[in-house]
Amino acid sequence: MFKKKECVAMLLAGGQGSRLYALTEKTAKPAVTFGGKYRIIDFPMSNCVNSGIYTVGVLTQYQPLVLNEYIGNGQPWDLDRMNGGVMVLPPYQGKNGADWYKGTANAIYQNLDFIKRYDPEYVLILSGDHIYKMDYNAMLQAHKKSGADCTIAVLEVPLSEASRFGIMVTDETDRITEFQEKPKNPTSTKASMGIYIFNAKVLEKYLIDDENTPGSSNDFGKNIIPNMLGDGMKMFTFPFDGYWKDVGTISSLWEANMELLGENPAFNVHDKKWRIFSRNYAAPPHFVGDDASVVDSVVSEGCEIYGTVEHSVLSGNVIIEKGAVVKDSVIMSGTVIKAGAKVTYSIIDGNSIISENATVGEDKATAKGIAVVGSGLCVEPNTVIDSEAMINSADFDGVTSIEK
Amino acid sequence: MSTAGIIFSNIHDNNIPELTRNRTMASVPFGCRYRLIDFALSNMVNSNISNISVITHYNYQSLMDHIGSGKDWDLARRSGGIKILPPFIRTTTNTANQLYTTRLEALKSVNPAISKITDDYVVLSDCDVICNIDLNDMINYHKASGADITMAVKKVNLTKEQANINVLVDSDENGVITDVQAYPTNFEGEADINLNIMVMSRHYLQEIVVDSIAHNYTSLTKDIILRGITRKSYRTYRYDGYFACIGSPLDYYSSSMELIKDKNVRNQLFGVKDRPVYTKVRNSAPTYYSPDAKVKNSLIADGCEIFGEVENSILFRGTKIGKGTKVKNSILFQDTYTGENVVLNCVIADKNVVIRDNKMLSGDETLPFYLAKGKMI
Repeated sequence: MFKKKECVAMLLAGGQGSRLYALTEKTAKPAVTFGGKYRIIDFPMSNCVNSGIYTVGVLTQYQPLVLNEYIGNGQPWDLDRMNGGVMVLPPYQGKNGADWYKGTANAIYQNLDFIKRYDPEYVLILSGDHIYKMDYNAMLQAHKKSGADCTIAVLEVPLSEASRFGIMVTDETDRITEFQEKPKNPTSTKASMGIYIFNAKVLEKYLIDDENTPGSSNDFGKNIIPNMLGDGMKMFTFPFDGYWKDVGTISSLWEANMELLGENPAFNVHDKKWRIFSRNYAAPPHFVGDDASVVDSVVSEGCEIYGTVEHSVLSGNVIIEKGAVVKDSVIMSGTVIKAGAKVTYSIIDGNSIISENATVGEDKATAKGIAVVGSGLCVEPNTVIDSEAMINSADFDGVTSIEK
Repeated sequence: MSTAGIIFSNIHDNNIPELTRNRTMASVPFGCRYRLIDFALSNMVNSNISNISVITHYNYQSLMDHIGSGKDWDLARRSGGIKILPPFIRTTTNTANQLYTTRLEALKSVNPAISKITDDYVVLSDCDVICNIDLNDMINYHKASGADITMAVKKVNLTKEQANINVLVDSDENGVITDVQAYPTNFEGEADINLNIMVMSRHYLQEIVVDSIAHNYTSLTKDIILRGITRKSYRTYRYDGYFACIGSPLDYYSSSMELIKDKNVRNQLFGVKDRPVYTKVRNSAPTYYSPDAKVKNSLIADGCEIFGEVENSILFRGTKIGKGTKVKNSILFQDTYTGENVVLNCVIADKNVVIRDNKMLSGDETLPFYLAKGKMI
């Protein structure tokens, strides 16, 4: 027996995150570490729970091991429920053959049965690639009030950047009149955030139609939204003016991490009324030693700091030895920065070692870009890793793989 | 072979009256993010004991709040899991409303629950055992030796004052207990102290509880161990790792400070492979250090915001250190808030204490200044 739900959320978490490649070798993008103790998917998951949406399907495809393990039974987000809760939905083999998820719309199409079990009025489509805090319930209320078939959350962006987004042109009532996918000459600054609420019946019809259209890319932005608009369906925008960040590139991931810093950070995760939930690994408190200096940084549990940390974000169980200097960097969990090593303007993935007197990255002012070291790698003593380097394997000089 | 666990949550409450005024000894905060019972619970869980009863007495709301369903220790189970056993008072008896004061009386009061245990062995532990002990090893030792009771002991060098708050256990070269001295007044020197962790078979536990009810015995040490010492087989199990129990407010302070003074202590408590210490998850954000923060030699939990200076101190979750504030040699519990230019030295601030701008408070290492829960200065 399944109880009827007003709204079911479908979280698209199959993305590879190819532009983060050193960080997504073995991890889907939504499971990439962010802000010390979080993973990217914690944000949409916590938003769901904080918005009172307790039925969430998570669609996985690329490298799902870490992600599936992380979601588990949903207990960290209070999504281990008798009715609903979180459910991981991988591609599967059906009677008429097996298919990978061909596109965002196809992924939902293949899981229409999951949605229909709960007989919802509305379906909320989310993606697991963004960092933001948003009340989906407010959006749902707006959707109900306007009587729309589809509501799309939009963010005001500078006109100069509008050509990177799907742009919504609206009339004075926020009703969408035109949709421009990555337009060369945008005529609006309302960018789609990839967050949609559909009336369930309408969504089902359009997904089935789309599936039966040969040559379709089975994508919400490219197919479903334009088709609905073409048919004159009632589509509205829902304005969002909080912090929102697409962390699809190394530089945007670095930037988003840095935006947690400062007395009044651009993005505040200390808000007790909108907690961000995450899986907990029972690490002890972090320790700051006698000769350590930690300034303008975020430090997670289990860290041991004996060196210098400046303007950086440390995940759990990171060890910074005496004399090591970490500046303008993001260090992910379990990584050790040995004595005398210098890490500047870099992202170091988890369980790696930067050995004695090695240098990674360059000062931000002179660097070409952010240096990245993947997980489970050891940068040998005295090695110099240039700025903008992407170290994703032991094939680089002075880099070895850590035997497990 | 399965093992059940029993934890006494109110034992030794009188040792630190300030901290146990509103809570049990078991729920006294310790080490940035833990409550004392977390160590006993984690020791059991890490040794595959998943049927645990916590015997309570009074003031156990904070303990119930901490434990919740037990899921943070993986003890929210359909079979077994964690059970809280509040005092069992029949309306027709005990008209004086007397509650137990010793472990044996506690066990007698929960006899209905004890008689239902079906596990082969039982580990009994006090709640204030700050250590990371492998109970499996102790249980195996108990089985191999065929003892009726095995008590965990540790060899320590005691001052007269310390001997007076400990139970000393004498044993021969085979580990057979020959004498037990409870709280001797004139002992000094090296001795095995009782760690208040013991193993016995379910049958033996059920037997001594029933026997104690019949004979109106009240003390495990005096009435069971000492009376049976020649007839029964009681043995010691020697544990060499770090161990602390809280005998006084000063003990509490110095045991806390040991965590920051000695890396070995931290390693032996928190750094044991595959034996983490579990606690209630709070989902605090990671700690933020401002550009002006100066932190030295301190142990800090998640959720803190540090704008001032912190030295030789322990900050619990959600503590805020204001600009220009200097905190030294202090222990600040969950959600302590300090304003700007505050100076604290040797202070223990209980939960939710607010210290406004420009206040200056100092205790001494021999007498830390204690601020009660929720106080505002």
